[in-house]
Formats: sequence, structure tokens, C-alpha cells
Amino acid sequence: MADTSSSWSSQNAVLDMDDVAGSDHSDYETNFSTSGRQGSGGEKMSGTYMDSMKQRLQENVTNMMWQSGKERATKAWNIYGNLDILRPYFNVEPHEVRSRLVHSLLPQRPSDERQRVPRELYGPMMIIFTLIALLLFQMKTAEHRVEEGTLMGTSFGVCFTYWLGASGLVWVLSYVCNTHLTLIQILSMMGYGLGGHCVVIFLGTIIHTSHDHLFFYALWAVVGGLSSLRMVSIVLSRTHGQTQRMIVCGAVAALNLLFLLYLHFAYHQIVEDLSEVFASHHNPVVADAVGVNKGDDSAVKNTEVEDG
Amino acid sequence: MSDVEFHEQGELNDISLEGEITVPGVPSNKDEFSTLDEPVKDTIMRDLKAVGVKFWHVLYPKTSTALLREWDLWGPLILCVFMAMMLQGDTLDQMHDGGPQFAEVFVIYWVGAVVVTLNTKLLGGNISFFQSVCVLGYCVCPLSIALIICRCILIAKVQTTVLFIIRFVAVVVGFGWSTFASTAFLAESQPPNRKVLAMYPIFLFYFVISWLIISHTHS
Repeated sequence: MADTSSSWSSQNAVLDMDDVAGSDHSDYETNFSTSGRQGSGGEKMSGTYMDSMKQRLQENVTNMMWQSGKERATKAWNIYGNLDILRPYFNVEPHEVRSRLVHSLLPQRPSDERQRVPRELYGPMMIIFTLIALLLFQMKTAEHRVEEGTLMGTSFGVCFTYWLGASGLVWVLSYVCNTHLTLIQILSMMGYGLGGHCVVIFLGTIIHTSHDHLFFYALWAVVGGLSSLRMVSIVLSRTHGQTQRMIVCGAVAALNLLFLLYLHFAYHQIVEDLSEVFASHHNPVVADAVGVNKGDDSAVKNTEVEDG
Repeated sequence: MSDVEFHEQGELNDISLEGEITVPGVPSNKDEFSTLDEPVKDTIMRDLKAVGVKFWHVLYPKTSTALLREWDLWGPLILCVFMAMMLQGDTLDQMHDGGPQFAEVFVIYWVGAVVVTLNTKLLGGNISFFQSVCVLGYCVCPLSIALIICRCILIAKVQTTVLFIIRFVAVVVGFGWSTFASTAFLAESQPPNRKVLAMYPIFLFYFVISWLIISHTHS
């Protein structure tokens, strides 16, 4: 192709720069440029040759960079954007998912052999989406206006941040304390631990006892405790050494239980406060105004935790 | 070395390229190229008709492949914009403008469709990405009809329990219809023993949209 370039340039429809090297195609004369051009007639030819060389060099370099960048991007996409990386973790049957959900609330007695942890991401993802939907359901049970945009985005962010962040933290701790768990197994274990949270939030919303948190605390202790014990027994069977066991088990149990408390108090509290206001005032005008104000303060309320 | 003839470069440039790229067995689309010259009204009417036919298929779901074979994203976009506009609150009643609610519905709709599609593909379904998004988007049509009914009911000044029950029933019927319609279209593309695993996220998706509709109480 290189040796036909001269014949190409003579026959293609693109403007040939050699023909119009003298003028710059402007409609008006530029007097100040002609005097300069008359003086450098001899150097003009080599000047334009150098210019065209430079231009061609530039084009070649640009093309090369574009090609190599494109190749690298395609390679990176094929490696990371490929769905097939995640496919093995979604290879489950419905009965397996069902049994794992049930067993996430049944702690096994720790024995000498390692407890099996499935490397699966379908169950945890579905549990998290269910949790997000349940939080939305919980926020809407009181019939008043809450800023659903803010709370929907917040619940999405909170749930995924907890799952990924807590799993990351437990992974770092298990690396330090020499626990035999891979990141996928930790993700899977913490995800299934959220199944208990879904049950508690569902029951807590259906059986709505205002002014009294005892029911919630009972559910928190029983269901939250069972799922934490299950995860603790998994970790115990895969860690050696007293201190290490205490660190990792403590972290796992604390994260699980505190997250359930947070979900209750950050979201349920808003609902309860507003229902209190409505019950006590019985005045729609005042209640609406307060309700709007309370809705605007929802971000502030998230940081406050009232005493039970 | 065999004899190889080199054509002169000049000769090659004089011969114009002609011929067709045809695949044997597939009808050639010669008339596609002529759509550039037709009036805009014809193009729009043809596209609208295609969208209308698909809505009809959704409202009366039989196991047909029309939605899958000729997928398009016009219908989902129309439904999404319609729902987002209807679910937007009045600017007079609230402290903030209606912007976040429009964006919220938009994001939930499209991100939800993408997530459900990814899940379907990861479970081993043999359906393309856009086909699945197309089906999920079109199957929101019964829920849009439920939204229209709810809005009509909300025009009444006094909201009694009976009216709330009617709204609730309308949304539940729309939710069931949407889920059933999407099942009819998407079920064949799943491995037979994993249909439940693929249907659950679709159920959640339509549940969230139904929840947005039923909880929209101000007119």
C-alpha cells in the first residue's frame, strides 16, 4: 500500500495539499503574508516537504496509538466484562437455594471437620434485593408522604455497601487470622446471613407494635442470634487459635447484629415517629406540615438512635 | 510460484464496487434501503403500529415469539416516560420539585430490567440482552393501565377505604398480569429446572413497580 500512495493522492477526491500549498482558501487577501512568502521561495519547497512529513508522522503515531489502545481495551473488556466469570457462581438448583436458606438459620455444632460453605452468589443477591424491597415496603406502611426517592436510593446503597464492605472487612481479618475462607465464600456466607434480617423486618412491619420495641428485640435476639451463630460456627471450624477465633467470630457476629439494629432504627423509627404524631394530633393540616418537615429531616433522623 | 496477475492500481480504481452480500436462505432486504425516501409519517406510523402490535401481544399473552423476534425499545421507553410522569408529585404540594421522583422511576425501571436480564443470562438462559429488556419493558403495560385507573380514582376528593380497596385490587391484578405475561414470553428461554430461579427477580421487579403505584396517593 505504501508505494501506491502517490497514485492514490493523485486520484482520490480528497483535497490534495500539494496543489493548494500557496493559498489558505480565505476569501480575502492577506497582505501581510504575501511579502513573507515572496522572500522565502526557495525554502518553501523544503518547508512544505517537512510539514507533510511531520503531518504523516503525526498521523502514523496517532493511528498506532489508537490501534494499540483499542486492542488493550478489547482485551480488558474480554477479561473483566465477560459474564462468564460469574457464571459458575450462579450454577444452582432451586432446591439447593431453598435448603441453604433454611440452613442459614440452623447453626451446626462445631466439630473437627470443616463445615461446607457454598460458593454461590445467586442466593445472596436475591436476598439483598428482597431486603431492599422489604425496606421499601416498611417505609410505606404508614400512609403518609416520605421522600421515597431518597429512601429508596439509600436502602439500595446501604444494603449493597454492607454486603460488600462487611465481607471485605471479614476477608481482611480472616487473612490476618489465617481463616480458611475465600472471598466468594465470605460473600456467600454474609449474604445468606441477611436472610434472617429479611424475616425480622418482614415480621416487624406486619406486626406493628408502636411504642414498644420488645417484640423487635425478641426477634433480633432469636433470629439474628441464630444466623450469627451459624456464621460463627462456620468460622470456628475453619480457624485455629483462640485469639484469632475470637477476633473473626466477634467481627462477624457484631456486624450481623448491629446491621439489623441499624435497619430497624434508621428506617422504622421514622415510620413510628410519624405515626405517633398522627395519633396524638388528629389534625390533618398540622400533621401534613409536620409530616413534610419530618420527611425532609429523614437524613438527619438516620443518625439519631433513640433509646428503646 | 503460480502465475499471479497483478492488476494495475488505475484499473481497480475505475471499476466500481457492485454486487450484494447475501446469505443463502435468508430473504434479501432490498426494500430496506428504500425507507430513506419515504415520508416521515409512514416511518412513524409503521413504528407505532409495530409497538401497538406488541402491546396487544402483552395484553393477550400467548406463547408467541413476536416480541422476541422483532424486539425494539420504543415501547419500554414510552411506558417508562408515561409512568414517570404520572408518578411525579405535584410541585405545589411538596417542598422539593418533582425531579427526583421522575429520575427515581426511570432508574428503577431500567436498572431493574438490566439486573433481571443479567440474572437470566447468568442462570443459563439463551436470550439476548436486548430481547430480555424489551420483554420486561413491554410487560409493564398492564401496570400502566392499573396506574391510569388509580389516578382516575384519586381524582375524587374524599378517599374512602372502598376506593383504596379498588385501587389495591387494580394494582394486584396488573401485577399478576404483568408477571404472567413475562413468564409466557421468557419461560422457554430458561433451562427447565431453573424457571423459578429466573422468575423470582422478575416477580420482585414488578412488585417494586406495583408498590410505587399503590403508594402514590397524592393526585
